[in-house]
Amino acid sequence: MTDEELDHLADQLGVILGAVARVQEVAAADIAPTSHAVPLTNIFRADELVPPLGAADALAGAPAAEGDRFRVPQILGDPE
Amino acid sequence: MELIRLSAAETAARIAARDVSAVEVAQAHLDRIDAIDDRVHAFLHVDRDGALDQARRVDEGEISGPLAGVPLALKDVIVARGMPATAGSRILEGWHPPYDATIVERMRAAGIVVLGKTNMDEFAMGSSTEHSAYGPTHNPWDLSRTPGGSGGGSSAAVASYEAPLGIGTDTGGSIRQPAAVTGTVGAKPTYGGVSRYGLIAFSSSLDQAGPCARTVLDAALLHAVIAGHDPRDSTSIDSPVPDVVSAARSAEISGLRIGVVTQFKGDGYQAGVLAKFDEAVATLEKMGAEIVEVSCPHFDYALAAYYLIAPSEASSNLARYDAMRYGLRVGDDGTASAEDVMAVTRDAGFGDEVKRRVILGTYALSAGYYDAYYGQAQKVRTLIAQDFASAFGQADVLVSPTTPTTAFPLGERLDDPLAMYLADLCTIPSNLYGGPALSVPCGLSPDDGLPVGFQVMAPVQADERMYRVAAAVEAALGTDRLLEQAPAL
Repeated sequence: MTDEELDHLADQLGVILGAVARVQEVAAADIAPTSHAVPLTNIFRADELVPPLGAADALAGAPAAEGDRFRVPQILGDPE
Repeated sequence: MELIRLSAAETAARIAARDVSAVEVAQAHLDRIDAIDDRVHAFLHVDRDGALDQARRVDEGEISGPLAGVPLALKDVIVARGMPATAGSRILEGWHPPYDATIVERMRAAGIVVLGKTNMDEFAMGSSTEHSAYGPTHNPWDLSRTPGGSGGGSSAAVASYEAPLGIGTDTGGSIRQPAAVTGTVGAKPTYGGVSRYGLIAFSSSLDQAGPCARTVLDAALLHAVIAGHDPRDSTSIDSPVPDVVSAARSAEISGLRIGVVTQFKGDGYQAGVLAKFDEAVATLEKMGAEIVEVSCPHFDYALAAYYLIAPSEASSNLARYDAMRYGLRVGDDGTASAEDVMAVTRDAGFGDEVKRRVILGTYALSAGYYDAYYGQAQKVRTLIAQDFASAFGQADVLVSPTTPTTAFPLGERLDDPLAMYLADLCTIPSNLYGGPALSVPCGLSPDDGLPVGFQVMAPVQADERMYRVAAAVEAALGTDRLLEQAPAL
């Protein structure tokens, strides 16, 4: 992002952060946090083979592919 | 009556009786889209061939059911094979998902005809559809105003007779708020009531798909098709779907205790909105409901808690747009590193509102600020759920205006994020709590002639109650015919 964009966003984020900081006015020291509206329990599916997404389907939306693989930019420093 | 002006229930009945074919119905709606969508811009993609194929299958008797042959506008945040899915973002431009969302599978099996994908704020972040990377949708009541958001496309399509049904998703009000400002019905089911498999995630603990329609019964019929347990969504509720269709047909509210939330009035509320809301409450009282005032003191902090929780979850969910396996990739010149390509791609592919929320969420989750922001917001979420529990001890349902104001002009709040966020003031508490809520029109505001929404909130898994009350409002005020007063397009 350009410096101009960052300045603009920084001003807006300052205003938003000031508004959402209101949550700190609530006395909630002894209140348990809620992460989900419904009680979550781990669910296991039956251990059965199902047809997977094929390579052609998986690669159909890839920005770049090579053979049956995603081609990605280098991840380990400069190519020598 | 013109085919496009029939309700979904009437359309299905006429198709089943062979008065009209599903292909004729689909074609009439495709023609309507061709005639007016350059002005409304509800659709991002129209799937003519797919729609006509599905309609043909209904006509050939392959599929039947209460909504067989009825056209539908699908919010572009739900994936469907054979159609692109952008979620309103450049970062997904041109992506064709390789699978159907569970609700799409269910709608196809029910014979519903998906006409195409509708416009939305990018990744469902917004209240006006102006944060779409593909340009705003216009409100059919006044093309210079927004249709609300994030699901403004689906609501505008339903309001302008491009489709009798729509699908929206509601994270903080994105089904109900557009319904309110377009004079349509929109329902957010109980969290976990409708599968999220195939819903492009924004804030996973809040997102919920639901129906958009012109009548309460149509919304209930669609709700019944898409709801129900799905093993592919670990938050899906494994118990019977509440009987929303019978409730919508009944409209019997005698003896029902209706709680008016005291926090949702006063400064910031348009006088005409409050006037129409009060009239609707008085009407319900005349019909035999018992009206009680209930106080939910922590609702005053719901907006602040939401704008910490939702951006925090979004900052995590949107990390998947990394330019590697699908979607946009920019700057891959053979020498740039994967990290640089990710950064350049995300800068080019995400709009301002998405950037604001990813930055805000990352900040709220960072080690030094977690307790003060995200952690504290989660505690406020607990207190809001406790407010609901206590209120439902005094009342069977809670009611409020859906939105503080009627539709606002395009551009008015675009560069003032806080003003935009205020549009969701009344809808957010139900998302934090997880209970169902819907918006039904209750008339036109006397000060500007624009639609006003009446919100009904019910306890978790009591979705049928909100349909019962909404059906009563609709029947008493005749608001299933409200759209007839909208200007011709």
